Amino acid sequence: MSGFTFPLLTVTAAVPAIGAIATAAVPAARRTAAKWLALAFSVATLALAAVVTGRFSPGGARYQLTESHAWIRDFGVRYELGVDGIAVVLILLTAVLVPFVMLAGWHDADPLEGPVPNRRWRPTNGFFALILAVEAMVVISFEATDVFLFYIFFEAMLVPMYFLIGGFGDRAGATGDDAEEQDARQRTYAAVKFLLYNLVGGLIMLAAVIGLYAVTARQLGTGTFSLPEILRARADGRLHFSTSSERWIFLGFFFAFAVKAPLWPLHTWLPNAMTEATAPVAVLITAVVDKVGTFAMLRYCLQLFPEASKWATPVIAVLAVIGILYGALLAVGQRDIKRLIAYASISHFGFIILGIFAMTSQAQSGATLYMVNHGISTAALLLVAGFLITRRGSRRIADFGGVQKVAPVLAGTFLIGGLATLSLPGLAPFVSEFLVLVGTFTRYPVLGILATVGIVLAALYVLVLYQRTMTGPVKAGIEGMKDLKVRELLVVAPLIALLLFLGVYPKPLTDVINPAVKDTLSDVHRTDPAPQINAVAKETAK
Amino acid sequence: MDHLIGALVGAPLLGAAVLLLGGRRLDRIGHWVGTLLAAVSFALGVALFADMLSKDTGRRTFTSHLFTWVPVDSFRADVGFQLDQLSMTFVLLITGVGTLIHIYSIGYMAHDERRRRFFGYLNLFLAAMLLLVLANNYLLLYVGWEGVGLASYLLIGFWQHKPSAATAAKKAFIVNRVGDVGLSIAIMLLFTTFNSFSFSPVFGAVRDASGGRLTAIGLLLLLAACGKSAQVPLQSWLGDAMEGPTPVSALIHAATMVTAGVYLVTRSGAIFNASATAQLAVCVVGAVTLIFGAIVGCAKDDIKKALAGSTMSQIGYMMLAAGLGPVGYVFAIMHLVTHGFFKAGLFLGAGSVMHGMNDEVDMRKFGGLRGYMPVTFITFGLGYLAIIGFPGLSGFWTKDKIIEAAFAKGGGEGWVLGVVALIGAGVTAFYMTRVMLMTFFGEKRWQPDAQGHQPHPHESPKSMTVPMIILAFGSVFAGGLFSLNSSFLHWLEPVTGYSEGHSPLTAWQVSVATFVVLVVGAGLAWQQYGRKPVPAVAPRGSVLTRAARRDLLQDDFNHVVLVRGGEHLTRTLVHLDHSLVDGAVNGTAAGVGGVSARLRKVQNGFVRSYAVSMLGGAAVLVAATLLMRGI
Amino acid sequence: MNPVYYLYLAALLFTIGAAGVLVRKNAIIVFMCVELMLNACNLAFVTFSRLHGNLDGQIIAFFTMVVAAAEVVVGLAIIVTFFRSRHSASVDDADLMKL
Repeated sequence: MSGFTFPLLTVTAAVPAIGAIATAAVPAARRTAAKWLALAFSVATLALAAVVTGRFSPGGARYQLTESHAWIRDFGVRYELGVDGIAVVLILLTAVLVPFVMLAGWHDADPLEGPVPNRRWRPTNGFFALILAVEAMVVISFEATDVFLFYIFFEAMLVPMYFLIGGFGDRAGATGDDAEEQDARQRTYAAVKFLLYNLVGGLIMLAAVIGLYAVTARQLGTGTFSLPEILRARADGRLHFSTSSERWIFLGFFFAFAVKAPLWPLHTWLPNAMTEATAPVAVLITAVVDKVGTFAMLRYCLQLFPEASKWATPVIAVLAVIGILYGALLAVGQRDIKRLIAYASISHFGFIILGIFAMTSQAQSGATLYMVNHGISTAALLLVAGFLITRRGSRRIADFGGVQKVAPVLAGTFLIGGLATLSLPGLAPFVSEFLVLVGTFTRYPVLGILATVGIVLAALYVLVLYQRTMTGPVKAGIEGMKDLKVRELLVVAPLIALLLFLGVYPKPLTDVINPAVKDTLSDVHRTDPAPQINAVAKETAK
Repeated sequence: MDHLIGALVGAPLLGAAVLLLGGRRLDRIGHWVGTLLAAVSFALGVALFADMLSKDTGRRTFTSHLFTWVPVDSFRADVGFQLDQLSMTFVLLITGVGTLIHIYSIGYMAHDERRRRFFGYLNLFLAAMLLLVLANNYLLLYVGWEGVGLASYLLIGFWQHKPSAATAAKKAFIVNRVGDVGLSIAIMLLFTTFNSFSFSPVFGAVRDASGGRLTAIGLLLLLAACGKSAQVPLQSWLGDAMEGPTPVSALIHAATMVTAGVYLVTRSGAIFNASATAQLAVCVVGAVTLIFGAIVGCAKDDIKKALAGSTMSQIGYMMLAAGLGPVGYVFAIMHLVTHGFFKAGLFLGAGSVMHGMNDEVDMRKFGGLRGYMPVTFITFGLGYLAIIGFPGLSGFWTKDKIIEAAFAKGGGEGWVLGVVALIGAGVTAFYMTRVMLMTFFGEKRWQPDAQGHQPHPHESPKSMTVPMIILAFGSVFAGGLFSLNSSFLHWLEPVTGYSEGHSPLTAWQVSVATFVVLVVGAGLAWQQYGRKPVPAVAPRGSVLTRAARRDLLQDDFNHVVLVRGGEHLTRTLVHLDHSLVDGAVNGTAAGVGGVSARLRKVQNGFVRSYAVSMLGGAAVLVAATLLMRGI
Repeated sequence: MNPVYYLYLAALLFTIGAAGVLVRKNAIIVFMCVELMLNACNLAFVTFSRLHGNLDGQIIAFFTMVVAAAEVVVGLAIIVTFFRSRHSASVDDADLMKL
């Protein structure tokens, strides 16, 4: 390398980090200023993410825009960044969603109004600073190519998330005189559960990270955490994992990612966290933070431990299919709007994990695309649900009914969000879901068929939710409900436009994703199963 | 001309987008915009049809590739269109009948404040259906397929404030989704078998594929067709779908939606031809449904539900014909087209009757309406004669052919299918005569509606009667026109293929037999409902009648097995998730909490006890150091 | 005289101090016992310095004295404040931190 190159990736992660500090430094009384400042920083991050995407050339080197500096020399820890196609689209997703999350949560951290005085400390600047902090950490997790660097931010993002879940609720989960107390108790429970689950996962991963270091240190002389370095060494034959050590280290990594993703049966923190947090924070959890888990499966589990991944695939694929059906069935049985969406997400994460471990090009491209599409569709559905809940002051499905009569635009956007969730063709999630299913089917027909049953259940929970909340006679407490405001429309309309666009024309994304998936598949030495007859070749031959 | 194919879909899609996004500003002209764009699509269809007719028979397939939709390695889905004679037939039916229904709706929905949105949905329906029949690959077809499901969901549930409408819409969508599972798995299987799911490579390579796979694909496609075409066992949504406004019923039953299944089977003819098992399954489903629908149609007192039973039964005929292979494809489509005319006419007529009778649907509260609504009576009557297959009218030409083809299947199977089809024709005559007599003849049994308004039957406005008259012309002449010089056969043959079967009965024998059962059926109905007065409250009836009124208990079965069972399953799982999966975690947490509560006792607050523990700790450390040294 | 006897003396003093800390309630006496323990250590350091023939132990003893002096200053201040608020110098009364 000659001369100074602009550290684009570092800047992309640093801008929201600086934004977080700047927002936190705004005096607590100047709420509006803090909000606008945070929004400005998130938009700047989006611009930078767009530049990253523009500078990335699909089909070029595997990791691009790389930066590498020694950090902790004694332990071989490096500050190494680089993006492949998968990371690029996920960084873009994060950067796109965060401004919408902020806009949707514009009033979520305002002082409490009404008869109950402001007893709890709800710093507006803190709320927005925490969101930016999460964004910074998520972005750098996507960029890191050093396992240790990744691990630090993978864990560190728990801290701001903990405060976001525990500190700011929607105050809609309980009724009665002690509603606020109850609410606070449930919220604390959810936040602690989130933290503990993820800490346990992280702790096990730490042991695996140390194990990885031990293996590299023994075989290469100097230990390293650098992903490209390890891959090179293994390709040269300088590095060789014994079967058992590879499996143990793989399991350590996978466990942490499966908690974060989450995979059945490690999922129970998600419904609590998503229900108790405000809708925008719930979007941050499921659409952004959880994606780090599935992303890391693709980047670390598969690339570092190809043999162990193949060894574990049958079990993981079965768990994923169980998750798909289980999450969908539980969603059908829920009485709380946000809990229902949380279980639907568990079902969708099942699809993503299934796609990753089916190890065919369609399934993995589909899984990556699924991460993006699920982020957008869940954001759309959940944010509209949040608007709905704020208006009514309740999350219980039974408290709603006939909303479409009084707020048709709200009902319409809710329906579109729901249709995206049930993967209606023409909307983005369909493309990814179908790719995952096709890709799975080519290798594991039975699992593919079982997973396909999930689409009926998805229709069931979405339409039941829509029917109970939006249709029928107008219920008491709904009569005066206002339709969407301009700010809320500004949040929802672009998301819906994105869903439509990516549903009709996903090629810009697949073009970026496909080469990265191809590389990953060649790491695990897997090729797509051959079709019985190659009818296309036959026809062109004619 | 080829690039016009996209515009064919685009026009109604544009209409849907404009009307649904346009907001209240468009309320006053919305219905005109919607109708105009449907008409534009029809005009484009006619232009393409003229162009197609000017070409040689062998060069009548137009293709248009817009862009690559999903490219992942060898998986390649295109947004591309293929317009051949089969698609062309559907295009003309969909846009033609569709436009008429748009015009009718202008009058029918005049008093609905959400009329603009209704037209938006209608346009969406047309666009989805056109996409379905124009797609050149199964995945794009699937987009149209589910788009039709969505549009029907929106339209059936159009009066969302009625819980029954919302439930019916949801049911339609979910039952359809069950069928969609079949289509999606079929596409996956096509991909693993042929490395493609576009029509031309797949159909070109069918010969090389293994028979088992082809049978599986055929059965899965049949499952999909059952969902969309309301065939047994996925027929339960059709009756409830009558909750939608009447023009929607006409659209669903005549021009779109239910015909999609027949289209799918006919389009996939190459696959079905290669699998006798799949073909037989299609025949059986068709035969069972045609009887099932006819029985249900006999028992319903709701005029729309009686017609819905009839649709089910008529689609059964088409499926039966499609299952016969090249012998039947052409007649299936021919019956589909003529059925489109007379069923649309019948539904629009029923809507017109309801319009004049304060939205009453119970035929026991009609009677003697022929003098009050002459146009409705005549057009409905012509539709009635057409559907029962009265000689010379459309239904006669097409239904007789199907019955003939069923006998031509040969062997025992042929006799069974043929006789079933023949009996179906008799039952059709019975229930349609019943509808006719109860509605237009006999005494007036009118009753005031819930608000106490006495009905004042009157003829509907021009916007409603004109489409009915046009459709009546179709009901009368279309069949004969198609059969003239076997023109329809020659038109469709290049796509679907045709082979003359060897019927054990000659054509005129079948015609005579059909006419006899027709007369018997109609006569029985006259005996029951024409000569005797119709009771205003339904008599209890036999076990079969009561079962038929409840759709032969199919809904009850679904309710007990699927709905209740499903509720139990989800409730159990919710409980297990809380107590078992989450319980394990919470249990661990509680265990840790318990242990620490014990340990906390050590912290008793006495300085001296802390000092003792420090001393003890120091002693242990020293002892340990000494011991380690010793070793 | 064998310097090892000084070590025995240091151990004895340390034990007396430790026992005093453990059994006495009065904070002042506990404090004095702590001083006793510190000085026992000092004696041991000086003894070792003599045994090994270098000055390290004696230097550390000076440090210990400084630390002990600082501790007396802080500790006595705490005890006086505590006595003012509680009217007692018993260590058993200082249990506010108990859960």
